Amino acid sequence: MSLISIFFTFFFYISVLIFIIGVSYKLVQYWNTPAPLKIPITPASLNTSGVILRYFREIFLFSSLYKSNKWTWLFGWCFHLALVLLFFRHLPYFWPGEVPLILYKTEVLKYSSYLLFFGLVGLLSRRFFVDRVKYISSPSDYLMLLVLIFITSTGMLMTFGNNHPNMLLVTNFASGLITFNWSELPKEMIFMAHIFPVFCLIAIFPISKLLHAPGIFFSPTFNQVDNARKKRHVSDWALNKQEGSKIDIENNNDKKE
Amino acid sequence: MTNDNPIKLPTYLEVPAIKKDAMAGNGPFKASEEVQQGLGFPGEKVDNWQQVAIDKMAETKSKYRSVQVFLDACVKCGACTDKCHYYLGTADPKNMPVARQDLFRSVYRRHFTFAGKYFPILVGAKDLDENMLDDWYNYFHQCSQCRRCAVYCPYGIDTAEISMAAREVMNVIGAGQKYPNQILGKVNKIGNNLGMPEPALRDTLEDLEDEIKDDTGVNVKLPLDVKDAEVLMVTPSADFFAEPHIDGLIGYAKVFHESGVSWTLSSYASEAANFGMFIGNYDVMRQGALRIRKAAIDLNVRRVIVGECGHAWRVAYSFWNTLTGIGSGGSDDYSLRLQRQLDSNYPQPQHMIEFTYDLIQKNKLSFDKSKNDHRVVTFHDSCNVARGSNMGDIKNGQFILPREVIKAACNHFVEMPKNTIKSSTFCCGGGGGLLTDDLIELRVKGAKPRMHALKKTEQENGVNTLAAICAICKSQFSKVLPNYDFDPYMIVSVHQLVSEAIVLSESSDTEV
Repeated sequence: MSLISIFFTFFFYISVLIFIIGVSYKLVQYWNTPAPLKIPITPASLNTSGVILRYFREIFLFSSLYKSNKWTWLFGWCFHLALVLLFFRHLPYFWPGEVPLILYKTEVLKYSSYLLFFGLVGLLSRRFFVDRVKYISSPSDYLMLLVLIFITSTGMLMTFGNNHPNMLLVTNFASGLITFNWSELPKEMIFMAHIFPVFCLIAIFPISKLLHAPGIFFSPTFNQVDNARKKRHVSDWALNKQEGSKIDIENNNDKKE
Repeated sequence: MTNDNPIKLPTYLEVPAIKKDAMAGNGPFKASEEVQQGLGFPGEKVDNWQQVAIDKMAETKSKYRSVQVFLDACVKCGACTDKCHYYLGTADPKNMPVARQDLFRSVYRRHFTFAGKYFPILVGAKDLDENMLDDWYNYFHQCSQCRRCAVYCPYGIDTAEISMAAREVMNVIGAGQKYPNQILGKVNKIGNNLGMPEPALRDTLEDLEDEIKDDTGVNVKLPLDVKDAEVLMVTPSADFFAEPHIDGLIGYAKVFHESGVSWTLSSYASEAANFGMFIGNYDVMRQGALRIRKAAIDLNVRRVIVGECGHAWRVAYSFWNTLTGIGSGGSDDYSLRLQRQLDSNYPQPQHMIEFTYDLIQKNKLSFDKSKNDHRVVTFHDSCNVARGSNMGDIKNGQFILPREVIKAACNHFVEMPKNTIKSSTFCCGGGGGLLTDDLIELRVKGAKPRMHALKKTEQENGVNTLAAICAICKSQFSKVLPNYDFDPYMIVSVHQLVSEAIVLSESSDTEV
């Protein structure tokens, strides 16, 4: 194998390793951090099915964002939808062994890259042209979008331009990563330029704002059932306080008789 | 109260362009050494305050999942940037919810995250230095913790949680705010925010009984410290002295009178408000709530009902069961000790609006609605009720019940524009521990979005009465309404409307 193939193979595994360890760390941290008080936000759900429904609306429709700002919703929703569609579009490359017929049908999803591009450019322009959004943007916020636009552009150039890398090599390389049956990657610069930032994003996932993806599931304002009067909600540390309390009001006669 | 130069309101409330440092300043008055120490905080800023603050941040984010998740999850989409009434009223970019959070988040990133430690400029991480602390003090006291931004956030990020955490950190290093901390000292010592002792409270209540007798000829009682009463009524102490609050208290008394349910106020727990929430301190908040538990046990009551107070209702509805066991469904000895005493046929605690609403549903109250015919009423949803609680245990009950009570007592009710009511309601501008004269400029500016909505409704529907169920809203509106060319007396308690229209039956109680 060439040095460059070895580099990319290593880089892939390192990124995935960082991703898995980092995200697991964050998940354990979120899981172990108690939510001592009931703080659901309106429209609060009165039961568990309400909470599940709320998550469906938030995750598939971005309902709060829709309520908030139609432009941001349009760009953001298009971007995330296209991201999901393009994930399926890339599955055949990684599929170990015989690729099921259904996955070949994902070919048509390549057009969603236009949607992806549209969404990303929209989100980026908001950062430039809306003074409020510009004010709150850090360099990393621009960089993230620029990297995604770069990935999208290189992908589109390969798909729609006359820059097809050797597809057999792509498939062998990608599925080889999954099956540990490593092979050469195509030597086209554009291909490497496409996958390098993708691997980078995988690696920085647990230390960046990409944590919004697991974070939303732990958001107490969303995931709590609004039943504080009916069910006593007590976290460990709050319970300990109650038992070893320094505040002993019940037996304290500070009332002036 | 008149104002010679009322603020002119535009036809459409536009989102202002950012005006950097428009509200820069030193923030509200700082708490004195004595006040701070009374709550167990250092009297003045400690020497190694940076380290103490960072340690406290670490502790807070390990104890509150909300804080940890909210600090990580924000993607800076900007959805919240035009949702805060203080931003809309002041145009200071640090009053945009995300920018306010970022004051805290940038320090979190610098000290607790890989990216912030090694690439601070890239991710906007900043050290906690004097300037940053000044910004914290100034801008975390320009947040009324109304949670409007959280309704619009795609991840439910609640700036109130961050603002509470920041205030907690500031208290722990000895930089507390005078207004809430001084008041908390009074509650802990005397039992209410006013520092009104039992004899004064008893006098006030007797005066009110006389007043009702003069007005109506009926002996309506306002009992105090009556053991074995059915209901313990806990209401914000403003109801005992302030206008228009006191007319709401008269309303509760009349409703209880008509219901035939025995009730009592407590001189030990004569405060529903709990400023412990505003400063984000669990212990202080619990201490305030525990007085109510003690009063409920000592007076051996069967029900606990809370008067018209926004954040008090959030604390009561959402937190009391956790903090003190006032609620139901407990399985531990501590909560069961109280919950066995309380009547499980009713939600515990209950809001006064729920109590009145139930009676209306059961046709137990009669109203002469024409008494309110001179009024065209609109309802201001108070933020903590609207976004932090429920009533009636039905979806959106906290919006439905107060409106139904108003409609039962008034013929003319209209709504303000849709994006300014219910879950989208605008804060009055004085909540969250900001109802103090040293923040008056902020309060006037922060009221602008609500005032704008009210002006529109006045022009279109001739509204002349603004009803609310929050003591802070009522005080704040009385103060700022004239600044926008409104009558300061147009703000009323919902139970004042009830009080004016309710038809009292003769007292069966013969003693005078």
